[in-house]
Amino acid sequence: MDIPYWNKEIETADRATIEKIQLERLGKTLSCALRSPFYKRMLGEAGISSGDGIKSLDDLRRIPFTTKDDLRKSFPKGLLSVDMQEVVRIHSSSGTTGIPTVIYFSMEDVKNWTDLVARCIFSTGATSKDVFQNMMTYGLFTGGLGLHYGAEAVGMTIIPIGGGNTKRQIKVMKDFHTTVLHITPSYLLHIHSRLGDVGISRDELTISKAFVGAEPHSENTRLKIEELLGIDAYNSYGLSELNGPGVAFECVYKKDMHVWEDAYIVEIIDPETGEVIEDGREGEVVLTNLIRHATPILRYRTRDLAFLHPEKCECGRTHRRMSRILGRTDDMLIINGVNVFPSQIEEKIMQIPEVGTNYQIYVDKKGSLDRLTVKVEIYPKLFMGEASQLDALKNKIKEELRSSIVINAVIELHEPGALPVSEGKAQRVVDQRSKL
Amino acid sequence: MKITQISVFLENRKGRLFDVCSLLGDNNINIRALTIAETESFGVLRIVVDNSDVAVKLLKDSGFVANLTDVVAVEVGDKPGGLASVLKVFADNDVNIEYMYGFVEKFSDKALLVFRFADTDLAQQILAKNDIKVVTEKEIEGL
Repeated sequence: MDIPYWNKEIETADRATIEKIQLERLGKTLSCALRSPFYKRMLGEAGISSGDGIKSLDDLRRIPFTTKDDLRKSFPKGLLSVDMQEVVRIHSSSGTTGIPTVIYFSMEDVKNWTDLVARCIFSTGATSKDVFQNMMTYGLFTGGLGLHYGAEAVGMTIIPIGGGNTKRQIKVMKDFHTTVLHITPSYLLHIHSRLGDVGISRDELTISKAFVGAEPHSENTRLKIEELLGIDAYNSYGLSELNGPGVAFECVYKKDMHVWEDAYIVEIIDPETGEVIEDGREGEVVLTNLIRHATPILRYRTRDLAFLHPEKCECGRTHRRMSRILGRTDDMLIINGVNVFPSQIEEKIMQIPEVGTNYQIYVDKKGSLDRLTVKVEIYPKLFMGEASQLDALKNKIKEELRSSIVINAVIELHEPGALPVSEGKAQRVVDQRSKL
Repeated sequence: MKITQISVFLENRKGRLFDVCSLLGDNNINIRALTIAETESFGVLRIVVDNSDVAVKLLKDSGFVANLTDVVAVEVGDKPGGLASVLKVFADNDVNIEYMYGFVEKFSDKALLVFRFADTDLAQQILAKNDIKVVTEKEIEGL
C-alpha cells in the first residue's frame, strides 16, 4: 500500500527523536504553564518553578494530574497563560453545575492544531481532490471548526453544513458530489436509513470515506457502516481540553488510532491508584498538550478508558496506537455525540417546583439514533387539575433541558410512586443501549 | 352556585382509569358526570360525584394525584338547541369557557352541562341575569 504522510519525517521518526522533541516541548509548555495562576500554584507545590525543572520524561510524574473539576474551578482565566489580546479563539464546553470549561487559543496554537488535523486527514488518504461535508456542530464545540481548518489546510472542498436536517444533508451530498464525511457513527447509520425517504439511492452518492467520532462505538458498528455504505470509516479521537479533534486518528490500515506523540504525551493510568501502567493494559487516558501555549494542559485525566498498542503499525509510523474508547471512569453519557452528565439533568429538573423528588433517566435507541427519556414524578400539591398545566410542565422541562444540555429529551410525567425508588445513584440512569 | 369537580391525573398506564372507578365504586361514591382530557402521554379525569369531600380524600389517601376545581352546573331542557341557547348567552356577554361536558338527568327531561369558566363570578352573574337555571351542590347529591 502507498502510505500517505503529511509530515513523513515526524510521523516515522524513531523513538529517541520523538522523546527528544517531547522533552524540549514539555519544558516550553511548563514555562508557559507557570504564567497561569492555576499551574503556578500547582507546579510550585510540586517543586517546579521553571521550564528547566523537568530533566527527563520520567519527571513528568512529579506533576499532579489536572482534572475537569480543576478546569471548572479555574473558570474563566485560571489556566490562561498569555494576554487576552493574543487569544484568537475561544472554545467552551458546558459543565455539570452550569460552570463551563474554556480553552483559549493563540494564533500559533490554532496553526499547530490545524496542522495536526491536516495530518490526520491526510493519513487516511484524503486529498485536495476530495469534497468534504463537515456534519459536526460548528460553534463553541471544537468538532466542527477543528476539522474545518484541517481540511482547508489539505485543500479539500469544504461544505461547512454542520449538523441536522437529514434531507438536506443527503441532497447536498448528491448535488456537490461529496466524497468525505465528518459525522457521528449513529447519525451516519441514520442517514443510511433515510435514503429511501429522500428518494436518493446510494448509487447516486459518491461518498468514499467517513471520519467518525464524538461517541464511542464498537468495531462491529464500524464494519456495519462500511458494509452498508460501501465506504471506509476512520475512527477519530479528541477532546476540547486537548484542542479538539486531532489527538488520535486512524491511518489507512484502520487498526486503531495513532496518537501524535510529538504533540501529546500520552499516559495510561490505573484510575484508582494513579499509577502509570504499561502498554497493552486498559486504563484511563491521561494527556499532556505539547503544542498549545495560551492554555497549557498537563497530565489531564480524560476519564476515557483505553489501552495503547505496544506493536508498531504496518504503516510505518512510530507514534503508538490507542484502542477505541472502551468506557468511562465516571457516569457521563454520550447521546448522539453530545456529552451529558446525569447530574446536569438532575440539577435542571429539581429546580422545577412541580417536579417531585423521584426521576429516572432512560437511554435507548430509536433506530440508529440514541434517545434520551427523562421520566419524572409530578408533585401532587401543585397539581391544579388542568391538562394544559401538565402539558406546559412537560414543555418547560423539555425546554430547560434543551437549552442547558443541548439534547431534545422525551419527557414522561408519572404519578408519585410509579418510578422505581432509587437506592443511591445506580437506578437513576437506565441505559438500554448494548455495551460495546 | 359553584359545584365541585374532582380532577385526577391519570398516567398513561393500563388500568389506571379502572383503578379510580373501582375505588369510588367500592366506597359507594356515585359519579354524576365524567370526562377525560387527554394528551399524547397522560390524561386528566374530571368527575362530578355525589360526595366530593369524601371522594377526594379517598383518592388522595390511595395515592392518586387529585384536586378540586370550582365548576358551574347549568340545567337546560333535554332537547335540540338546549346547549346552543346557553352558549349564545355566553358568547353575547364575552364569557369565556375553558371546557365543558354534559349528561342527561335520570328522572327529568333536563340535561346537565358542567362548565369550567375563565371567570366563574362573571359567568354566574350572566347566568342569573338571563334566568338560566344553575344546579347547586346539594341538588347534585340528590340527583
